[in-house]
Amino acid sequence: MSAAPQELDLVDYDEAVAQFDPVLGLEVHVELSTVTKMFSGAPTEFGAAPNTQVDPVSLGLPGALPVLNAKALESAVRIGLALNCRIADRCRFARKNYFYPDMPKNFQTSQYDEPIAFDGHLDVEVPASEDGTKPAFTYRVEIERAHMEEDTGKSLHVGGSTGRIHGAEYSLVDYNRAGIPLIEIVTKPLTGTGDRAPDVARAYVATLRDLLRALDVSDVKMEQGSLRCDVNLSLRPSPEAPLGTRSETKNVNSLRSVERAVRYEVRRHAALLRAGERVVQETRHWHEDTGLTTSGREKSDAEDYRYFPEPDLVPVEPDPAWVEQLRATLPEPPAQRRRRLQGEWGFSDAEMRDVGNAGAVDLVEATVAAGAPAAAARKWWTGELARRANADGTDLASLPVTPEQVAQLQSLVDAGTLTDRLAREALEGVLAGEGSPAEVVESRGLAVVSDESALVAAVDAAIAANPGVVEKIRGGKAQAAGALIGAVMKEMRGKADAARVRELVVERVGA
Amino acid sequence: MSVAELVRWDAARLSEALRARVVSSEEVVRAHLDRIAAVDPAEGGGVNAFLHVAADSALARAREVDADRARGAELGPLAGVPVGVKDVLTTRGMPTTCGSRMLEGWVPPYDATVVRELHAAGLVVLGKTNMDEFAMGSTTEHSAFGPTRNPWDPTRIPGGSGGGSAAALAAFEAPLTIGSDTGGSIRQPAAVTGTVGVKPTYGGVSRYGLVALASSLDQAGPCARTVLDTALLHAVIAGHDPYDSTSIPEAVPDVVGAARRGADGDLTGVRVGVVTELSGEGYEPGVLARFGEALEELRAAGAEVVELSLPNLVHALAAYYLILPSEASSNLAKYDGMRYGLRVTPEGSGVTAEQVMRATRAAGFGDEAKRRIILGTYALSAGYYDAYYGSAQKVRTLVQRDFAAAFGQVDVLVSPTAPTVAYRLGEKLDDPLAMYAGDVATIPANLAGIPGMSLPAGLSDGLPVGLQLLAPQQADDRLYRVGAAVEARLVQRWGAPLLEQVPEWKGVPA
Amino acid sequence: MSAITRSEVEHLARLARIDMSDEELDRLAGQLGAVLDAVAQVSAVATDDVPATSHPVPLTNVTRPDVVRPGLSAEEALAMAPAAEDGRFRVPQILEEDA
Repeated sequence: MSAAPQELDLVDYDEAVAQFDPVLGLEVHVELSTVTKMFSGAPTEFGAAPNTQVDPVSLGLPGALPVLNAKALESAVRIGLALNCRIADRCRFARKNYFYPDMPKNFQTSQYDEPIAFDGHLDVEVPASEDGTKPAFTYRVEIERAHMEEDTGKSLHVGGSTGRIHGAEYSLVDYNRAGIPLIEIVTKPLTGTGDRAPDVARAYVATLRDLLRALDVSDVKMEQGSLRCDVNLSLRPSPEAPLGTRSETKNVNSLRSVERAVRYEVRRHAALLRAGERVVQETRHWHEDTGLTTSGREKSDAEDYRYFPEPDLVPVEPDPAWVEQLRATLPEPPAQRRRRLQGEWGFSDAEMRDVGNAGAVDLVEATVAAGAPAAAARKWWTGELARRANADGTDLASLPVTPEQVAQLQSLVDAGTLTDRLAREALEGVLAGEGSPAEVVESRGLAVVSDESALVAAVDAAIAANPGVVEKIRGGKAQAAGALIGAVMKEMRGKADAARVRELVVERVGA
Repeated sequence: MSVAELVRWDAARLSEALRARVVSSEEVVRAHLDRIAAVDPAEGGGVNAFLHVAADSALARAREVDADRARGAELGPLAGVPVGVKDVLTTRGMPTTCGSRMLEGWVPPYDATVVRELHAAGLVVLGKTNMDEFAMGSTTEHSAFGPTRNPWDPTRIPGGSGGGSAAALAAFEAPLTIGSDTGGSIRQPAAVTGTVGVKPTYGGVSRYGLVALASSLDQAGPCARTVLDTALLHAVIAGHDPYDSTSIPEAVPDVVGAARRGADGDLTGVRVGVVTELSGEGYEPGVLARFGEALEELRAAGAEVVELSLPNLVHALAAYYLILPSEASSNLAKYDGMRYGLRVTPEGSGVTAEQVMRATRAAGFGDEAKRRIILGTYALSAGYYDAYYGSAQKVRTLVQRDFAAAFGQVDVLVSPTAPTVAYRLGEKLDDPLAMYAGDVATIPANLAGIPGMSLPAGLSDGLPVGLQLLAPQQADDRLYRVGAAVEARLVQRWGAPLLEQVPEWKGVPA
Repeated sequence: MSAITRSEVEHLARLARIDMSDEELDRLAGQLGAVLDAVAQVSAVATDDVPATSHPVPLTNVTRPDVVRPGLSAEEALAMAPAAEDGRFRVPQILEEDA
């Protein structure tokens, strides 16, 4: 095993990219959100009790045979089209043979030299750096291939340090995940990113995630493993030099980690190269907690997958008319859609980025569609609701409030029925499941008092009770009116329109 | 009629008697169970055709069918007729070992589609029949549970891999059995036991629940003592299955009608091709003599018999012994001691999953299985794939083209099923190449996916010889028409069905 | 041409996860060499212009609808397991993480 440099040995990132040219490669595995598995009718529900989502096929029992899921095939073609790939006229599945306890047949049914989709690209908007020193730009990620395969089961390692494979005494295997449809999307080597390699990697995965979400083919939840990223990285002395030896970092399962893993590997490779050491072609594991990668299995030449065409599945020959039909119904590409929406909504780049980062583009769009002004929709979703989601440890889309309800809430504000403060209280009620905004306003008695005579009476009462204040106002101290307004608002328990109260105070005091 | 006599009836006759309620299914099944108890147990020097006898469930099922019939329920022609199932098909609640220590005691949680079809048609499963381990072999000596004996001569092989299914018929332990044929495992045992067996068109019978040896070659099929019985069973198990991607969606040809039609012995206008490459050199004189007589009968029936060359068949055996081990090495990888079946844990502490897999596979597989797994691993490995597996798949194309050309000129092709009669147990155990050579005539059909039948052609030195018929894909009915005609004429020539001459079972000589 | 060495057989046995004794390795090396000699003729006839046949019957595009079919319960799945614990298959320690 190679000498793994400690963190202290790493080269400073800026120095590393000044001296070396990084080349990226990204392999993304996407779990499709089909109801059943790739090759059998076993269900795919996430989080079910172990070994309850299985059948003879997903357990690899003797005699079981695979049959391709039509929806998975359709999703694969749609993904290929959305990535501007060519769709194969004809392709076959292949068996990738290797032994592993979480793989029931001891081969993975995958695609080898005949992927369903190949030769595509995805344009990625790489944002400006936070400090503004590095500008935004568009990078074209060349896609090598997208192919269909099946997921493996999951092992729980028992004994030793909890959950870790090393030192475990034995493992417990759950085959619920075995056979879940995967699409593996592989980029060509990504060159020319220079010091922006980590940003390009992150932006690519983020854009891909948005694209897959727009296609409605996957949950794309990195934290649940429905989108998993392997980062390949190599360094070379200059853009003209041949590609260097790459490391393959597995298990990089958040956008931030993608960026960090690239950065770390750049620094580690640079350290090795500077020290005159050889970079080992190996699998490395990313550790979210420490931000380090550690050496896994060395890619030995002994690894021989003995691929051959899967005899139990017949070739796929997508009908060109069907492919064109799928192409015609593709959703607008996320980057293009985002630019269009930004124009329609009149957001600044920063505002639009906030919406994007909050994962709120769809929600804002739906809220606007339900009648809310764009700016108000943005404020709700990136403000109050984002805080709430953050506090609850969930995402915006999972909050128990619909865009329609947010629009209703805003329309109550716009009509003067609710103040901002009351609107937030009404939102509390909606989130607590008390009903629609109108119902919450009714049940909690939140509406602004619009009964003019009641307001006038309250103002008069405040004037009568505070002769000193009245004197000051009449003496020209207009800001003293605040005390009277406060008294009125207190009397009205906040359910008055403060602006109208101010008008009445000025009018009744007669200043 | 004595009850014991029932075991000598063919399925068609049993079907008539059951329908007429002359006998009950319970009586028929009990007669066969008694026969099995009398002649089969290996420890008593028996045939050892059955690895598992499901006496209780068979009798219970027989009574159910009888009750259904009494109620006047609509029943298929074979309802109440007993059947043996090769131990390579999964049976819910009944062990399925594939003749291997690896799966000793494994009880599948599901039925193969073929088994479901048998149940649905009211057939009564007697038990599971013996076979070479994972269907690898031509002798049934590679069963982990002892060899099956040939009812014609207990010192000889019953053929393989489906020796159990064939011997059970010849020993009158079952009127019908299911076999599987990857390179001849239905046809060659049929030939050497004087019975009938058909490998249907690839995809004609579902492979779901048929434990895979070589997925692109395997095909389950019917075995019986007459061509008509074989057709009746074929009709039950054939048809499209959405659980098998390679299952043919088109309707099954009318095999029963073809068998009935052929029984009149008239083949006027039928063109028959004799395959030059599958007769002559390497074939025993006695085999060629019986084959010649069968050709005489074909001509006498009005068929036009011509000789045809299929030049690429000489490469078929070589291609087969690359494709089969390659696919088998992958199909048999699942037996690793992790999820089901045998687990062998080596001594010592800190034993890893990989060590257990290696020890389990070392202990669970027999020599022939290991030999083929290693050969297949080699043929698929980087650097050798093109020369071996890739080339073999190309030969497959050439073989298919030869057949396509031949079937442009003739309706069926004929050859001896095997070059020799049954040889002695142990004779070729240490010479795998000699054993493989016996499959030379049956293998081409598996490579091409076409249907093939073996039926009795007579005896050579008191041992059966088989006649093989081959037809184009999805023309299985041609086998039955021509087969039934040849059968009718040969039985007339002999004066009685060949199996009338099988000696009464006296057990294995000491 | 097809001499196969003992160390090759050893490598293949490792790939195929089968422990083999020295005696077995020697015997297999001899037998496999003979078999490979006998089958080597395929590469002579398999010229470039001949396409490979992977499937004997030319079917394409066989799929099933994305609809749940009855499967197995955890009890059925685990009934034949050599070892089980907490509804899972219990297997010996796994040394290397993989894909």
